Amino acid sequence: MTTIISITILGILVLFLGIQKKQSWLLPVILVGLATSMILTILDWNTARSYYHEMLIIDKTSVAFSLVLIFSTFLIFSLASHYYRGVERPLDDIYGVMIFALVGAVMMTSYGNLIMLFLGIETLSIALYVLAGSHKEAITSNEATLKYFLLGSFLSGFLLFGIALIYGSTGSFDLQKISVFVAACHGIYPPMFLAGLFLLIIGLAFKIAIAPFHFWAPDVYEGTPTLLTAFMATVVKTASIVAMYRFFTHTFYGIHGVWETTIWILAVLTMLLGNLTGLYQPNLKRMLAYSSISHSGYMLLAVVAFSPMSNNALLFYTLSYSIATILAFAILILIREAHGNDYFSSLNGMAKTNPLEAFCLTIAMLSLTGIPPLAGFMAKYYLFTTALEKGLLWLVLVAIAGSAISVAYYFKPIMAMYLKESNEVKLNVGRSYKVHLMFMTLLVILIGVLPFLVMGIL
Amino acid sequence: MLTILLILLPLALSLIILIFKEEKAIRQFALAGSLIEFGVGVAAFIQYKTSCHCNLLFTTDWLATLGVSLKFGMDGISLLLVMLTTFLLPIIILASFNHAYSRPSAFYSLILLMEMALIGVFTSFDGLIFYIFWELALIPAYFICAVWGGDDRIRITFKFFIYTFVGSLFMLVALIYLYFRTPLPHSFDFQGLYAVRLNPGEQTWIFLAFFLAFVVKIPIFPFHTWQPDTYSGAPATGSMLLAGIMLKMGLYGMIRWMIPICNDAVQEWGGVAMILAITGIVYASLIAIRQNDMKRLIAYSSIAHVGLIAAGLLSLTTYAMQGAVIQMVSHGINIVGLFIIIDLIEQRTKTRNISNLGGIARTAPRLAIFFMLFLLASIALPLTNSFVGEFLLLLGLFEYSAIFAAVAGLTIIFSAVYMLWMYQRTMLGKANEFTENIHDLTWTEMAALVPLVVMVFWIGMFPGLFLNVALPDVMQILNYTK
Repeated sequence: MTTIISITILGILVLFLGIQKKQSWLLPVILVGLATSMILTILDWNTARSYYHEMLIIDKTSVAFSLVLIFSTFLIFSLASHYYRGVERPLDDIYGVMIFALVGAVMMTSYGNLIMLFLGIETLSIALYVLAGSHKEAITSNEATLKYFLLGSFLSGFLLFGIALIYGSTGSFDLQKISVFVAACHGIYPPMFLAGLFLLIIGLAFKIAIAPFHFWAPDVYEGTPTLLTAFMATVVKTASIVAMYRFFTHTFYGIHGVWETTIWILAVLTMLLGNLTGLYQPNLKRMLAYSSISHSGYMLLAVVAFSPMSNNALLFYTLSYSIATILAFAILILIREAHGNDYFSSLNGMAKTNPLEAFCLTIAMLSLTGIPPLAGFMAKYYLFTTALEKGLLWLVLVAIAGSAISVAYYFKPIMAMYLKESNEVKLNVGRSYKVHLMFMTLLVILIGVLPFLVMGIL
Repeated sequence: MLTILLILLPLALSLIILIFKEEKAIRQFALAGSLIEFGVGVAAFIQYKTSCHCNLLFTTDWLATLGVSLKFGMDGISLLLVMLTTFLLPIIILASFNHAYSRPSAFYSLILLMEMALIGVFTSFDGLIFYIFWELALIPAYFICAVWGGDDRIRITFKFFIYTFVGSLFMLVALIYLYFRTPLPHSFDFQGLYAVRLNPGEQTWIFLAFFLAFVVKIPIFPFHTWQPDTYSGAPATGSMLLAGIMLKMGLYGMIRWMIPICNDAVQEWGGVAMILAITGIVYASLIAIRQNDMKRLIAYSSIAHVGLIAAGLLSLTTYAMQGAVIQMVSHGINIVGLFIIIDLIEQRTKTRNISNLGGIARTAPRLAIFFMLFLLASIALPLTNSFVGEFLLLLGLFEYSAIFAAVAGLTIIFSAVYMLWMYQRTMLGKANEFTENIHDLTWTEMAALVPLVVMVFWIGMFPGLFLNVALPDVMQILNYTK
């Protein structure tokens, strides 16, 4: 609860600073504020309790995932001063909206009531529609926001309708009461409930970018300002997958059924489509979009395999995925600045002109591929063993095949950077940005080498 | 303690070397570092010999919840391979001094990183840690071959990477499957994995998964297609690392994991696998005869030689198993020697096409003598190291099946054909415009070659020391199959 309150206060503070025309204060205040709310969140660690008649349930899982979300946002904000340097107009609105989006994301990880879920998703989504179009002069940004808004609001309708149908059949929005209803059904659910369930899954699948509801993602990612794309690919995805995971663990705990098959199929589709389409992308940003789609497929493994271990596996996965992805986007920002585009040919010979940045991007790509001993490998390994423990052998085999395919596109930037002739364009990187890159690279390596720091905590 | 030092020292060296800027300093540092590492290896060897049964074990928890522990140790087989690695590394580094590689600090750092991963592979007693080092070895190998390689390197090295990566994913699945079959609490400890009782159907699948991972690495026909391209496209140093040490990972994996864990399946399917290996021997030898590029010729001959080792391993006889272990070491020494010689010829004449060469023996007699020595060693002349290994391998194969032994024995005849023919065409005859001004070996080059020659004859004449180190462990591995 302190998390949501503190972040909301931070958001208001940012807007207030904007009114006071104190632009240079914004980022320091935000970074300190996010760090503070991380500390406040940690203080909630062992005090599981619920608020407002089980509207919000703060337990270890929600605290841990909130930390991942705040930390990812922190990393993204650390890139902001570089990204928005030279921009004349005030930035308090963009920053403020990002922080409010984070509030929505945190709500999605700690809801105990479907109304709260919807509220969280809408807080997040409406903020994102604004953010996607925040680069007003660029036509691509306008295209992105329009697409995202039209599809997003349509799919929000699905979600709301699903919630309504679930309410209609169970008589409650409360996860606890729904789980009682589910247990009483003994495997035979009324059609209305099932319809509601599927609509809910579809609504969430859209937000996570799960196939076949993923078509918006590459276009929207491409048009959205890169810094905010990083936010979409990490914070939004983590929050939505956790929301889905939370719904199923809290209502269907230990009860198998038709929803499992549905998510099983969605996971297979996502892993295959994401990885195969990723092979044919001409530029880094679209490739990262498909990479994020296929990773949501892997994350679904945790949802299908819910066991005492799987929330920890999901936590590990989202954390290592988020850091590696933000790292990749951080380099992408530099590349787009220097070249005006991010075709793979723009990366040619980057290892000669910018060895550090090339190394960082390589580590990010290798981690996303799942090469030991980086974080991505341990994450995949942990997730796959969790799924195997539940006997999901075929799903894991598909996931491993997907990882094998993904080598082909994750190696495209690596090959371009190290093996192609240089195009002699030097990226413009400041010292603090470099330190930030090295910090994230180090994190990716450290989490892989010392996984027990994160692994056993839940 | 020495085991963990052997792993951590190259890692530390590979990081420290990045701070050097001057090429000379980098080279000296790399050479000195690898020599110290060799010293540690020798110390481990002495400790192992004097106070056996200690196995130089090092254990500490890493992921207690998942049953993964950092367990490193050495039995006789690991020890020989670790010795091979630490012995060859200074020589490989010394041999690369002739090249002015761009970005030398990164280059030598990757070599040392690879040494760390290789030693990790040979000393891990924990399944998952083994896998982690196995994959880790691939990354520096890829970058060494891809960044400093020859023409068409992008396609070649990518093929190499995909092949070996996909192969090893199968091994990962097999290891995780076995992990879940260990009694609670699950663990990846090799003793635990050995103890898993699998039914015949499961064993076949696990065998196939392991087999695929290892044969791609070795490589065995028909999974060898990445190998000739990669060896010939890689920089000289890369070829030496790949052929001399890295392919031993596959053979070692067979001994350490595949044979003890799926012993019944190995007995059932070993015949089929041996037919593949023996087909590869004949096939690769025939192709080697027709090669014009010396490096490709050696690459194909390597497929033939390791095919024999693999066939011997799968025959599960004591002789062949012992022969395989000693031949792994010998093959590493001989092929590194041959690659060094070819590299020297290529630097001096700017070509490695056999048809362009000739008459080198007149202008560079020392080079020709060393070439002859390695050549004879690799065709298994008595008193050389390969003779011991291949003789035992064929003896063991003969015990298994006389026909297999007869066909596999062709490798010795074939290798005599292509090796001597290559020698004749490159070293003898009249000098031409490529070879008339060639200068003989320098002292640095001799320094790299002499230790190899010493080992060729030491193993060839007094194999007892090396055979005895590995014998108890070979017997133990074979016990799992009874």
